[in-house]
Amino acid sequence: MTTTTTANGTQTAQWIKKDLLGLQSLTAEEIRLVLQTAASFREISLRPIKKVPALRGKTIVNLFFEPSTRTRTSFELAAKRLSADIVNISTQGSSLSKGETVLDTVRNLEALKVDVLVIRHAAAGVPHLIARQSQASVINAGDGAHEHPTQALLDLFTIQEKKGRIEGLTVAIIGDIAHSRVARSNIWGLTKLGARVILCGPPTLIPTQIEALGVKVTHRLEEALAQADVLMLLRIQHERQEAVLVPSLREFRLRYGIDRERLKSAKPDVLIMHPGPVNRGVELDSAVADGPYSVILDQVTNGLAVRMAALYLVSGAPKVEVEENA
Amino acid sequence: MAKTLIKNGHVVDPANKRDGRFDVLIDRGKIADVQPSIAANGAKAIDAAGLVVAPGFVDLHTHLREPGREDKETVETGCRAALRGGFTTICAMPNTTPAMDHRGIVDFLKREAERIGLADVRPIGAITKGREGKELTDFAELFDAGCIALSDDGSAVADGFLMRRALEYAKIFDRPLIQHAEDPLLSAGGVMHEGLVSTTLGLRGIPGASESVLVARDIALCELTGGWVHFAHLSSAKSVEMIRQAKQRGLQVTCEATPHHLALTHEAVGEFDTSAKVNPPLRAETDRQALIEGLRDGTIDCIATDHAPHTEWEKAADFDAAPFGISGLETALGVCVQALVVPGLLSWSQLVEKLSMNPARIAGLTGGTLSVGAPADVVLLDPKRQWSVDPKQFISKGRHSPFAGQTLTGAVVNALVRGMDPAQ
Repeated sequence: MTTTTTANGTQTAQWIKKDLLGLQSLTAEEIRLVLQTAASFREISLRPIKKVPALRGKTIVNLFFEPSTRTRTSFELAAKRLSADIVNISTQGSSLSKGETVLDTVRNLEALKVDVLVIRHAAAGVPHLIARQSQASVINAGDGAHEHPTQALLDLFTIQEKKGRIEGLTVAIIGDIAHSRVARSNIWGLTKLGARVILCGPPTLIPTQIEALGVKVTHRLEEALAQADVLMLLRIQHERQEAVLVPSLREFRLRYGIDRERLKSAKPDVLIMHPGPVNRGVELDSAVADGPYSVILDQVTNGLAVRMAALYLVSGAPKVEVEENA
Repeated sequence: MAKTLIKNGHVVDPANKRDGRFDVLIDRGKIADVQPSIAANGAKAIDAAGLVVAPGFVDLHTHLREPGREDKETVETGCRAALRGGFTTICAMPNTTPAMDHRGIVDFLKREAERIGLADVRPIGAITKGREGKELTDFAELFDAGCIALSDDGSAVADGFLMRRALEYAKIFDRPLIQHAEDPLLSAGGVMHEGLVSTTLGLRGIPGASESVLVARDIALCELTGGWVHFAHLSSAKSVEMIRQAKQRGLQVTCEATPHHLALTHEAVGEFDTSAKVNPPLRAETDRQALIEGLRDGTIDCIATDHAPHTEWEKAADFDAAPFGISGLETALGVCVQALVVPGLLSWSQLVEKLSMNPARIAGLTGGTLSVGAPADVVLLDPKRQWSVDPKQFISKGRHSPFAGQTLTGAVVNALVRGMDPAQ
């Protein structure tokens, strides 16, 4: 169990959860605790010797049922910088007996006495299923279109870092909301920390009744651009050809793509964020992705610190000094 | 065979407008007499004091899985589960492997049911060969073999032209075609109701319209052909509304709802609970209310279980991969009493109408009543007994239920088939 004190010194947050499955199930205090812990870890990566013994002797498994380079690498480096042992398992479950394969794999890992399982799966709910069956702590590294908590936490961390606050900001999430686990986790995180969230995209990419989660929906990009302190772009999934969601990528770009021209109508200090990989020339023009407003690479750097914090907290490692500058 | 006398029970027999204290005499497997008081005269007496005595339930919608998936259910385990649930007759859906699309499979099922000698099993044949929705089966052969209806259940007959021909042709037999109303393109990839819960969980939704567009089409085809369509497992408010209007226009349309759609909503999925994964999906509260209203005003003729057993390992999969289906025979009565009778939405007499009388009529059976001369299929119920659902205790091989852990009211004490209690 890890305890920390918030900046004003009055509230005490505690991490008591075995797993990190999503932001829906976290309180605002728990989210702040992760961000504070990440802040204290961020500096480790700036040292010449980028390693602390916080998780020495712990065994972590990256269990990826869906291809991933960025998230997997980020977790792997995070584990290594905390001196944990980490094993990567990438497997493409057969679609017929996915569940059986998942549980069988997990039972085998249990027998090897693993401490933390970092799980990515194309089907929503797989980390939850495994967490119920496993003694090991589970971190959700992305489940279907459901949640991707560490991505949202690193987004929150980056906004906090660049803007100095989250409360009271307006964040526009633009693109394929329907299939995005990043969007869902960010909606929970941002609203819990007091930001205003606008979702923007064509109606085919906005899931039904999502306003009930406390967000605004607009189909007009101009509306989102004019109000947003942060623009969070999402990747349009090329792979989803089975459903006619937008007539073409070109058509999507015509209405929702962000280029330098469109950016002129945004706030002068707007932040451009993207969970990557960017479809250059579709949701984001290269000039914008690489431009002065973009914090896309800061997101990647912060991702490492956030994942160190996540691994550390669920491991229930002994208390370390947590700085109060988050 | 000795006579049996059921004494002191509260008889609920809507076909004969009985709802009170009566004795029921059974002789040679048939109802011999129903009177306020009958002398034993050497008959074996069953004391039914404090119990409800009703015609045995008739399930229009049971998946027995045999032949093909005997690991999920067999005719025998299905029949035992049925009797425990008070169902003395079950109509077996044809989505077996191979499909029940020709006489050989129908004969197999009937022989197997007779050999086991438990509940009365009535086959439902397939509408199309292999349930592939392409070519009609030989209807006459299937009805001659004893099918009480035809259905491609598990899938819809999606091809409107084929459905038109099927409805027209089936008029020869005066038996219904049972439609699993679902537009396969509108629900493709969906795993639960499309609504706030699916949005939150990031699961692909199945909109209510996926059902109601096919209900609309088939009502139009009924009007065109004068045929008889029976809609299985209704789930959406819009479907209920259209069927109500179709009935008012005098079309030959009947339908059923399941206990789970009457008692639960998509909220039951909670955090990816696969025991609540069912097709059609559990829908919104407004849909549930519309189903209850339809049941009350007679739009919905009967309650059918859509008993769809699966193995534990299949249901232990992730939500996308787990199969659709709820093991429903053993909880049907308790769920209906708890959700409908206890809150005063349905009287006992109306419940028996929906579980016995109406489904028997739709299946073309003489049962579903305690009329003198009717088969002595009788169920004795304790209307007050409360019990907690533990799927591990199910007789069915499908040990999965969204009602697990819930307390239900109303329990089956005995089920007599042709005057005998096969469980003893």
